[in-house]
Amino acid sequence: MGVIQSKPGATADAALSRALNDELTDKGFVVSQLDKLITWARTGSMWGLTFGLACCGVEMIHCWMSRYDLDRFGFAPMPSPRSADVMIVAGTLTNKMAPALRKVYDQMAEPRYVISMGSCANGGGYYHYSYSVVRGCDRIIPVDVYVPGCPPTAEALLYGVLQLQKKVRRTGTLVR
Amino acid sequence: MEALGRHIVEASSATIAVSIRLGELMIETMPDKLVALLTFLRDDPKCLFNQLVDVCGVDWPDRSQRFDVVYNLLSLKHNIRVRVKVATDETTPVPSASSIFSSAGWFERETYDLYGVWFSDHPDLRRILTDYGFEGHPLRKDFPLTGFVELRWDDVQKRVIYEPVKLTQEFRRFDFLSPWEGARQVLPGDEKAKAS
Repeated sequence: MGVIQSKPGATADAALSRALNDELTDKGFVVSQLDKLITWARTGSMWGLTFGLACCGVEMIHCWMSRYDLDRFGFAPMPSPRSADVMIVAGTLTNKMAPALRKVYDQMAEPRYVISMGSCANGGGYYHYSYSVVRGCDRIIPVDVYVPGCPPTAEALLYGVLQLQKKVRRTGTLVR
Repeated sequence: MEALGRHIVEASSATIAVSIRLGELMIETMPDKLVALLTFLRDDPKCLFNQLVDVCGVDWPDRSQRFDVVYNLLSLKHNIRVRVKVATDETTPVPSASSIFSSAGWFERETYDLYGVWFSDHPDLRRILTDYGFEGHPLRKDFPLTGFVELRWDDVQKRVIYEPVKLTQEFRRFDFLSPWEGARQVLPGDEKAKAS
């Protein structure tokens, strides 16, 4: 008591990896729970469907560029909905675009996740009172993570992606 | 610019008024003389306004002819611009300029979409910007800001449905000092400006 331990998570992680390493060298295999293994694998390779609708789309591109580089997290950009796991709705969703957005979402394979990026996608934002804008893309598709900002920085989106990974690790399931 | 204005008045005989507003020549004309005027402006060697930059509309709700259709022309040869204005109402069609300028087609579709101005002889007068099946013309002054319908996904019907607008909070205007409109209150120091 009273001793301030710096970075408790880091030491715990290090201890865990040391224990795993010992077990692996000792026995040659590691025993784990299947769902944990699968969610671990799932978070390590989430492919993002890039649904850039407005200026947020540029910030989303920044997130994959060299400074933050989402690819490090296995989060690769994927233009096809069939092979994507996460859809990033980046920008203003208009009434005319809404059926197309839903159609693309329906084409994604389970398990699928949605990140709503920016004020406009979260709740209409600047265009909340407009006659032609959907007041939040959660009126059309279910959303997992909301990233606030107008537009959010690439760092904020990266944080949203990490939050989504945490959510998948926590609530991941094998049932479709 | 005055000389060009005088030349246009004398040679085309299709103008109502020619003036210089905001550093540009402005020509007002009638709908039935519009095609003749635009053809003249494009072909006359002193004008050669061979590029139609934009067609747009203006809504004046107080006037009986409530719409202005504005054509912005550019002469690449002489490096001058000109504005042509035509006044019309909801029912009177304006002849289409798409036979004179090939760029006019989409511009006129846009004006029709947002203002409801009709263009006769247009090859394909449909909406261009608003939603499929949209009703109303959003840039008219009597069109409400939030429109009439909003969208959501219906999980029973498995499709996107339209519903009447339900706002949890009314639109509030906080911008009392905007230079564009609504700046009616007296600024500090200006109390006696109008009295003198």
